[in-house]
Amino acid sequence: MNTLNTLNTVNIAKRKERIDRAIKARCNDIYTLLSLKEISYVIAPKLCLILFIFIFPLLKAILGYYWERVFYITCLIAILAISWELLSYVGLVSLGQAFVFGTGAYISGIFNINFHIPVPFSILLASGFGALICTLILFPASKIKGIYFAMITLCIPMFFSKVIEATEIFGGTSGISGISPIGNYYVEMYFPALVLIGAFFCLRRLMSTDFGLLIIGIKDNEFSLMSSGINIYKIKFFVIFLSSALGCFSGACMCHYYQFVGISAFSLDYSIIPLACSILGGIDGFSGSLIGAFVVCPLSEMLRGFGTLRIVIYSVLLIMFILLVPEGIFSYISRKYHQIERWKEI
Amino acid sequence: MERDIILEVRDLSKSFGGIKAVDSLSLNLKKGELLGIIGPNGSGKSTLINIITGFLKPDKGKVLYKGTDITGLSPYKIANIGLVRSFQFIRPFYKIPVYKNVVISLCSDRVKRLKGGSFGRRDEVAIDLLEELGFERDSRILYKETSEIPHGYLRRVELARCIALNPDLLILDEILSGMSKPEVASIIPVIKRLNDQGLTIIMVEHRIKELFQIAHRVIVLNFGRKIADSTPEEVMQDQTVRSAYIGKAKINFRR
Ligand SMILES: Nc1ncnc2c1ncn2[C@@H]1O[C@H](COP(=O)(O)OP(=O)(O)OP(=O)(O)O)[C@@H](O)[C@H]1O
Ligand SMILES: [Mg+2]
Repeated sequence: MNTLNTLNTVNIAKRKERIDRAIKARCNDIYTLLSLKEISYVIAPKLCLILFIFIFPLLKAILGYYWERVFYITCLIAILAISWELLSYVGLVSLGQAFVFGTGAYISGIFNINFHIPVPFSILLASGFGALICTLILFPASKIKGIYFAMITLCIPMFFSKVIEATEIFGGTSGISGISPIGNYYVEMYFPALVLIGAFFCLRRLMSTDFGLLIIGIKDNEFSLMSSGINIYKIKFFVIFLSSALGCFSGACMCHYYQFVGISAFSLDYSIIPLACSILGGIDGFSGSLIGAFVVCPLSEMLRGFGTLRIVIYSVLLIMFILLVPEGIFSYISRKYHQIERWKEI
Repeated sequence: MERDIILEVRDLSKSFGGIKAVDSLSLNLKKGELLGIIGPNGSGKSTLINIITGFLKPDKGKVLYKGTDITGLSPYKIANIGLVRSFQFIRPFYKIPVYKNVVISLCSDRVKRLKGGSFGRRDEVAIDLLEELGFERDSRILYKETSEIPHGYLRRVELARCIALNPDLLILDEILSGMSKPEVASIIPVIKRLNDQGLTIIMVEHRIKELFQIAHRVIVLNFGRKIADSTPEEVMQDQTVRSAYIGKAKINFRR
């Protein structure tokens, strides 16, 4: 009995004919990349993103220190949002990204202060170790699904901040201060920015491979996947680890930026903001999270001038975005972008 | 124990609340056999299959596959040792193109092991397989998103997903239901051919007429108990079987 072997020797002519048909079927949906114009149409958005992220830190003299700070924080939040999005790919809706963020921040701080590890390495080590710790806690929790997983993740960061508060480990409520900064302005700016771009494009690439197919399959239908002989636990473990590593990286960078880490790293803000970014930007795909972060973070910074009214205005703006662009900013923009192209042709 | 017995179920029981879905059931299956399982709605057929394939834990009893105890093993491990099942309520992967459903099976450890690391291009193998199962005429459908295609096609995709794993024992839970007459007529020869090539098959069916044409042996379940186990001809004559079906559904026992 060998069904696949008989298939491997399917006759060549038949296969050729089939491939022709396949090309035809696909070409209806995909524009051919023949002219320079069409190629630029496809790569323009990616190029814009890369250029923006590379050029922005160079504009310090024009824009001033304040906007560079906003840019830095936006990059970190974008990484956190991507890490949230990655978890949601395997059907895990987390309300506790603050846990991953805080773990990264604390570990990097401790490595730096107690073990005198120089900064870039403490960030990388914190991403690795932190991811391991987070995975060991989140992976067992991932057996529970839907709203229950959300509830558990919501509780975990609160639990840790209360433990730190009560036992006064890691500096208790006063936190750990005196953490070394990265130092060099360009390293500080480009390090997270490069990781953001790298993670973004690598993850998009990953999702289009066969392994990405399995990741998408988990959200769609675990049972079919298991009956296809796929070890879903291995895949979930990998995805949780990867997502945690990104989240920890984001937290670690933040602690060196402020040169301080306290229980505020576990605060609800860091759980909610990535979620807001993803929802606002468009829930499918990493592009949505990225764009969402670049809308939400500068918005929240700009509103600081309003004092206590800030949260009110912020909420109203978010609600308006969700009501007016329910598909998400990214889906909206990409739809308009494709329309421009069609319009030109006519 | 005989060597050519591929599956042995010993004294299996499972109840949900007060309902005994499967009630001390035992059965044997020889290599190369095509076994039909029939029974009225709610008689425990799907529950039995869910237990065999690891999706449910039995209250009591054992499942032996090729002589080893597989009771309570994780479903993906069971699939990887060649015991593959289809779902009665098929749940394909909706957000990916149709042929990718089959590619997923080709990513399993089992296929990697059997075909080695150099297992060619998965997409092509998947499409070949689907075309063999009758997508030849409308191969455009294979590239559409799964949620867009008519429901009738999904069962064939489900069958392809199972066959792609290169199973030793294939369990099909109502694979024919919801198919039109011509579709059934095109699928039955495929199943028959797989069986002729040596694949052991269990078919759970309500379409008794078609099942009896190809089954070597038929087991009848009622309230989780086995009430008959013999050739299709004998089952048709059986009085207990006939009375079990009375009032449930009008089933045409004539060929
Ligand atoms: N998860 C479950 N929880 C509670 N009861 C269940 C569950 N699954 C099955 N049952 C009950 O067990 C009994 C057997 O169900 P099962 O699905 O095995 O029947 P079946 O023979 O496959 O029926 P059908 O021909 O309709 O598919 C039914 O009474 C059903 O209500
Ligand atoms: Mg059933």
